[in-house]
Amino acid sequence: MASLDDLKELYFQECDELLEAMAEGLRDMENSPDHSEAIHSVFRAVHSIKGGAGAFDLSVLVDYAHRFETLLDHIRAGRIQTNAELMSLLHRAGDHLSDHISAAKGQIPPIAAADPKIISAMEAALPTGASDPEAEPTPDFAPLALSLAELTPIAPIAETRDPPIAIGNPALLRRIIRFAPHPALYRAGHDPALFMRALADLGQIEVTVHHAQLPPLDSYQTGDAGLFWEIVLTSDATAHEVQGVFEFVEDLAEITIRTDSDATAAQDDLTGQESRPTAAPEAIAAPLSAPNATGVDTQSAPAPAPAHPPVSSDTPAPQATKSVATIRVNLDRVDRLINLIGELVIKEAMLGQTIETAGLPANSDIHKGLDGVRQLASEIQESVMAIRAQPLKSVFERMHRVVREASDATHKPVRLITEGEDTEVDKTIIEKLVDPLTHMLRNSIDHGIEARAARITAQKHEEGIIRLSAAHRSGRIVIEVSDDGAGINRDKVRHIAEARGLVAPEAQLSTAEIDNLLFLPGFSSKDEISALSGRGVGLDVVRREIQSLGGRVTIQSTPGSGTSFTISLPLTLAVLQGMLVDVEGQTVVIPINAIVETIQPHTVQIHSTGTHTRVVQNRGELVPLVDAGQSLNLRQALHNINDRILIVVETDKFNRAALLVDRIHDTRQVVIKSLEENYGEIPGISAATILGNGRIALILDPDEIVHAAATPHPLALEVCHA
Amino acid sequence: MSFRILAIDDSRTMRHLIGAALEPHGYDMHFAEDGIAGIEVLPQADPHLVITDINMPRMDGFGVIEAVRASDDYATIPILVLTTESGADLKARARASGATGWIVKPFDEEKLRAIIGRTIGA
Repeated sequence: MASLDDLKELYFQECDELLEAMAEGLRDMENSPDHSEAIHSVFRAVHSIKGGAGAFDLSVLVDYAHRFETLLDHIRAGRIQTNAELMSLLHRAGDHLSDHISAAKGQIPPIAAADPKIISAMEAALPTGASDPEAEPTPDFAPLALSLAELTPIAPIAETRDPPIAIGNPALLRRIIRFAPHPALYRAGHDPALFMRALADLGQIEVTVHHAQLPPLDSYQTGDAGLFWEIVLTSDATAHEVQGVFEFVEDLAEITIRTDSDATAAQDDLTGQESRPTAAPEAIAAPLSAPNATGVDTQSAPAPAPAHPPVSSDTPAPQATKSVATIRVNLDRVDRLINLIGELVIKEAMLGQTIETAGLPANSDIHKGLDGVRQLASEIQESVMAIRAQPLKSVFERMHRVVREASDATHKPVRLITEGEDTEVDKTIIEKLVDPLTHMLRNSIDHGIEARAARITAQKHEEGIIRLSAAHRSGRIVIEVSDDGAGINRDKVRHIAEARGLVAPEAQLSTAEIDNLLFLPGFSSKDEISALSGRGVGLDVVRREIQSLGGRVTIQSTPGSGTSFTISLPLTLAVLQGMLVDVEGQTVVIPINAIVETIQPHTVQIHSTGTHTRVVQNRGELVPLVDAGQSLNLRQALHNINDRILIVVETDKFNRAALLVDRIHDTRQVVIKSLEENYGEIPGISAATILGNGRIALILDPDEIVHAAATPHPLALEVCHA
Repeated sequence: MSFRILAIDDSRTMRHLIGAALEPHGYDMHFAEDGIAGIEVLPQADPHLVITDINMPRMDGFGVIEAVRASDDYATIPILVLTTESGADLKARARASGATGWIVKPFDEEKLRAIIGRTIGA
């Protein structure tokens, strides 16, 4: 059985999802005037957070969530109109709720009470007279108002035992309960027998069934309520306990409870709902025959069949169809599975090699079998990667808050637009994206977006726009943060870099190189450290974090119209589909996702554009020809390339290039083995893999190869070292 | 014979809590994450009791009660409503819609079992 801690952890997981749903709903409310579904989903999210919090005694959270919920309820019911001010309050309230949850998780110091500013703003927003000063008390069952109407006083019936017990134990009390269900009681799924049983749990009961009002069988309608019961209960239960039995049916039946003891009547007659017998009973139905009217003791209280007949034990229960949405699996187990699949892929490649060496014909059964195994291995791998993949949504949602806070701190109105939040990324990568993205967004707001006055002067909308988008592109995840700000002030950047000795004054730098100076350690374009983005973290840290994920950050800026940072990340960190090619006797792997097509050089036109540069005419477009052998420093420039192969690759930026290689082997899954740990970063090489014959092959990074070939000095860093 | 209970709640936490409170006591638990899903699984789950949340997407708890009461096979099974509100309003509405009883969240496990026991005679 799950422990309370496990359940609490599940609750917190769900809270994260609910907070996302809440944030999404709030944005929907802002974006569409007809937001009835949005407000409902916000309400439900806060409501569910509150409901769970109650179960774990998180009283501060319950209290705050309740106030928030109250406000939302008024909005939901249309008693409060939404406007920009209210939306801003809701956002802040949502952020504060998120803080409460973080505090409950122990991630931040405990919050002793909700932020009084938010609370008072919430109260001010409520319609007049609708304040909700007290958080809802943890309710106990409310006392019942049992009907005394139409009381027909009844004398004790079928008394089989004098109450000697009452003498021995003064707390014991005899009560006479009349219970006459309305038809609605049966329709609401109640079974009168169960009330008898519940009373029997309180003490000794004697039950009399009266059936005089039961219609004749031939005119009986299902659900007709012709029966009523009289129960004599002898017990030490309190009035509250006895009433509690009838809690759910107070207006579905006529219920009267009378004490049958002068001595204790006053004491027990707390609510006036129990009364002493006043008169002799009117003639009720004639004494009933034995099965119906018997004095019984606790042990043998009659228990008529329940309204819904239970299935007998020898009938097998239908197959359980529990709609289990998720199971929780330790991440280690998934990782182990991924490692095993990596091994499987290598073994499969080795087996393939052995079969090939054995010289079996290609149509032999063993080849077909191997193909089947390959197919399966690839499907298994995809399925396992899918387990780890999660949409970027969770990260993007958190960025709205980052932007809101940064916008408040800098007094620059900024709107964040997110796109492609459904893009799925490996979980490990997702978790490590939060910090770099947070920093990039703060950077964009602090340095990218102009102050309000400057924007107005530039004839821009005073609200800055930051676009955060994600997409799968040529086998990688590409995340872009772009602002519509002033763009990079290159003169200033260069000036600062020179002043800090990061670049020599005489160095010739292209605009791209100047932009890249921002990523240098120790560069900070603000003269003073700003409260917002200058928390001792520079874009160099962002770059390092992205690189540690096997990714890259690039920057593009247009003066006057904005700056855009592009992060490119590998889809998975474990396996990739690659094309094995020969370059100057070396086997190298080109990620298949980057490949657009392969062409034979003699079928296309190739033009020289300089002494060392050539372009290929490909589908009406000129793409640069890049010799992979030269890029890897394996050979000098080739003149005759007709018997070789060109592989057109596409980079993150949609740049295409034709990579020249010697021969294509085949395509296959390769297991990525990182080189960085042992060799550091090698330009143009992203990783290595183990081939079927046990040899190592390098995995090319087409982007870097193409980029490096296009720009002789791609990185400012190299300029500095020069 | 174990009693089958269908618990309908959009909160996963709540479903887990209900499961943790009842499963060890021999109840055969079935779950659904909203009203529509609950009504869909009703015949397979074939419950002796339905526990339903009120605030849910797609179909709320009142909708569930209505649909169950309108069905041929389950018109009279007990339905307990899970609610955080203890207000008389909600109780009256729950009762008017045909609920058998209610459980106020946060619930105490013992109390939950007591109410269920009382409702289905388990």
